Amino acid sequence: MTMVCETPSLSRRALIAAGGALFSWAYLPRFARAADSRDPRLVVMVLRGALDGLSAVAPVGDPDYASLHGALALRLDGERAALPLDSFFAVNPAMPNFARLFRARQALAVHACATNYRERSHFDGQDVLESGMPGPGRVESGWLNRALALLPKGERVAPRGLAVGSTPPLVLRGGSPVLGWAPSGLPAASDDLTVRLMGLYDHRDPALAAALRAGLDADRLATKQGMDGYKPGGDAAAAMRKAAEGAARLIAADDGPRVAAMAFDGWDTHANEGGATGRLAQLLGGLDGAIAAFESELGPRWKDTAIVAVTEFGRTVHINGTVGTDHGTGTVAFLAGGAVGGGRVIADWPGLKAADLYEGRDLKPTTDLRAVLKGLLADQFGLPTRALGESVFPETAAVAPMRGLIAA
Amino acid sequence: MSIDAQRALVAFTRFGFGPRPGDLAKTQDPRAILIAELAAPDGATLADDSLPRTPAALQTVYADQERKRLERERLALVELEQTGMPAPNVAPLLDLQSWPAPPPKDGAAMMSGAPSAKPPPSPEQQIFRAEAAARLRRALAAPVGFLERLVAFWSNHFCISAAKSNIARAAAGAYEREAIRPYVTGRFADMLRAVEQHPAMLNFLDNAQSIGPDSKAGQRSNRGLNENLAREILELHTMGVGSGYSQKDVVELARILTGWTIAGRDGRLGEPGAFVFNANAHEPGPATVLGRTYAQAGLAQGEAALADIARQPAVADHIARKFARHFVADDPPAALVGRLSKSFRDSDGDLGVLARALIDDEAAWSAPATKMRNPWELVVAAARAFDRPYPDPGPALNAMNLLGMPLWQPGGPNGFAEEASAWASPEGLKMRLELAAQFARQAKDAPSPTALIDDILGPSVSRATREAITRAESREQAYALLLMSPEFQRR
Repeated sequence: MTMVCETPSLSRRALIAAGGALFSWAYLPRFARAADSRDPRLVVMVLRGALDGLSAVAPVGDPDYASLHGALALRLDGERAALPLDSFFAVNPAMPNFARLFRARQALAVHACATNYRERSHFDGQDVLESGMPGPGRVESGWLNRALALLPKGERVAPRGLAVGSTPPLVLRGGSPVLGWAPSGLPAASDDLTVRLMGLYDHRDPALAAALRAGLDADRLATKQGMDGYKPGGDAAAAMRKAAEGAARLIAADDGPRVAAMAFDGWDTHANEGGATGRLAQLLGGLDGAIAAFESELGPRWKDTAIVAVTEFGRTVHINGTVGTDHGTGTVAFLAGGAVGGGRVIADWPGLKAADLYEGRDLKPTTDLRAVLKGLLADQFGLPTRALGESVFPETAAVAPMRGLIAA
Repeated sequence: MSIDAQRALVAFTRFGFGPRPGDLAKTQDPRAILIAELAAPDGATLADDSLPRTPAALQTVYADQERKRLERERLALVELEQTGMPAPNVAPLLDLQSWPAPPPKDGAAMMSGAPSAKPPPSPEQQIFRAEAAARLRRALAAPVGFLERLVAFWSNHFCISAAKSNIARAAAGAYEREAIRPYVTGRFADMLRAVEQHPAMLNFLDNAQSIGPDSKAGQRSNRGLNENLAREILELHTMGVGSGYSQKDVVELARILTGWTIAGRDGRLGEPGAFVFNANAHEPGPATVLGRTYAQAGLAQGEAALADIARQPAVADHIARKFARHFVADDPPAALVGRLSKSFRDSDGDLGVLARALIDDEAAWSAPATKMRNPWELVVAAARAFDRPYPDPGPALNAMNLLGMPLWQPGGPNGFAEEASAWASPEGLKMRLELAAQFARQAKDAPSPTALIDDILGPSVSRATREAITRAESREQAYALLLMSPEFQRR
């Protein structure tokens, strides 16, 4: 079933499986070459699976938070205390780099945000998030690709390390040509997929379960990991950092990409989500490491860079019977980069009282995520509001771009 | 779910290559679609003017071998010249500039990384790929795929290996088109003759070099009998191991088959690359196989012996058991095997009747899905399910290699394993998972996973599988889980 071109080596196949490949616009924006002016870069990270915003950036000042989010709630005291961002919000202790950048006014969070999608299907939610279309099922092109069509096209990005690769994430698919790159030496099929498949086999087909388990064990031995050290999520975090390091080096080059997207899987934490430690914390640590990798690799280019990390929707405020959370609505989005006007959590906080929850279960979205994305495109690339509301995010004329996300 | 829907699924999975979206819903009479496919005139033949007949394919190899020989000689002469030895006036025997240039670096080559300097594909590799592409296209386009499953079954039963030689690689596809496809609903005896007279088989099992000790050629040289083909005819192709033939029968049959060979590039014996009977290499005199004495002269002796062997009662049992094991279960119901064997015997080895007997047998419809799709079936089923044709056979061939079933290249003359356990190995399943994940990543325009569940796995899909797919955290993950579900892996 593979089904890529020619015979890639095992490690190459494995790495593509891990996700975290970088996909970029094949061209430089024409203004990028002006040596003394701003040279804006934008990286969009799609966190697939629905990030629990309440465990990532915790409303520790909300009187209802600790009791509602139960075992998963972050605390300001004790071991693994959350890192305060302001008097109300604190970020997961797995994200020290984000906290540091926040203090340096180079990072911000937007809370209680969501796209206009209000059902709870990952597939449809991701369609809406990435396509920028008013509804799901429209998967021909993504908003970032359509935004590229509005930019003045300059020279081709230097192909060093970049090639036409496997399918880019929807957000960057479309008429504008896209190049891909993936790091090497990452683990095979994602941990989350493997865990789910093992669960299905255990349930339905013990023979296949035994065989696959034995195959995975052998693989782990081969990679000197051993069962004891094997933690789902741990590999993913390392993979994210590694992918980001390579991606950042490409983006840092003068003739490298200026607009790129990456997608990271594994955020669907129905069971054993963990709070300050555990699976979600590992993934957040991976994201934090990825941001730090961009910062260090971009060097002087960091000042012109904005990174935005978004997810299709949030998770329930209450924890479920398997110490996880189920599909919800409002969540958090992260922005980081030297170009970002940071140091604040942007939120019209809806509260967590029963009457304040969306459908009695989810954080109510009070900020349209598309306003954030439109504002970012407007400020970083100077795209006109009208086009943003028509071709990039169709039928969003009423959703005003959120200005000021990029430092003046 | 309705019985009809379940039977439609069985028609596509047990007998065919799995449904394409929409196939299950529009199937009214599952048995009838199988019968219709069997009845299509020349349904299994694959005529394609761009694919060379065996002699043409082998002539390409001969020409390439000659070209390389001349080049070696030329280089030897250059060497001679450079070492100061007196050299004859060497004309350029070969224009190096006219060698096939390497294909342009494909921009679609996977991701980054150092491009590996690959030599241009050899003529036999090019032919092999074209044949593989044709086989793949046919399997993807088949309404159900029962005929193509029969082709694959018989091709594996009478397998050759492309790894044997350049000749076997060049002729592997033509072998299947010429010796297998015309007979999958015809007579077993005809397929047997076509197979044992095909250059690919004569090369694979060394009969092309077998020489009767008392033949003219045998008396001139010290080469002699090669029993390889004769043994596999009795042990694998017809009666089966332990079915009553003796080592003496093997040797006698080998004598009878001497002279069955391939015409060489000089054309002295016939069209270069074609099957030819070389009387000079044929062991003269009568020979006795399984108690019958064959006194015919020449080619007729071997043809008569093969025709009789095809009618041995052990053949019907051997074929019936293998047929049922391939399609129904590793340990098929004895009653089913008995009925298939009887249909084979009563029809004098009519393979169309045998196939029809399988369709008509309730046991073939009611047996639970315990078999694993082998890698060929998996590759085809995945492409059909996602409506993803392979514009180039490379990815499919690559997947089959990784999964342990390189096309037309089994490890031995007994072919690829039929048992489910051979494919559900730890390494195999891990590889299936990696490939499924990769396939899923590239399935960008596929329908929604929820729709695919009903379309591909059918309404009888287990709740656990349905939930695993619908709760997946992304489309990609849902597609990978669908491909890896027991319902997709088993048949």
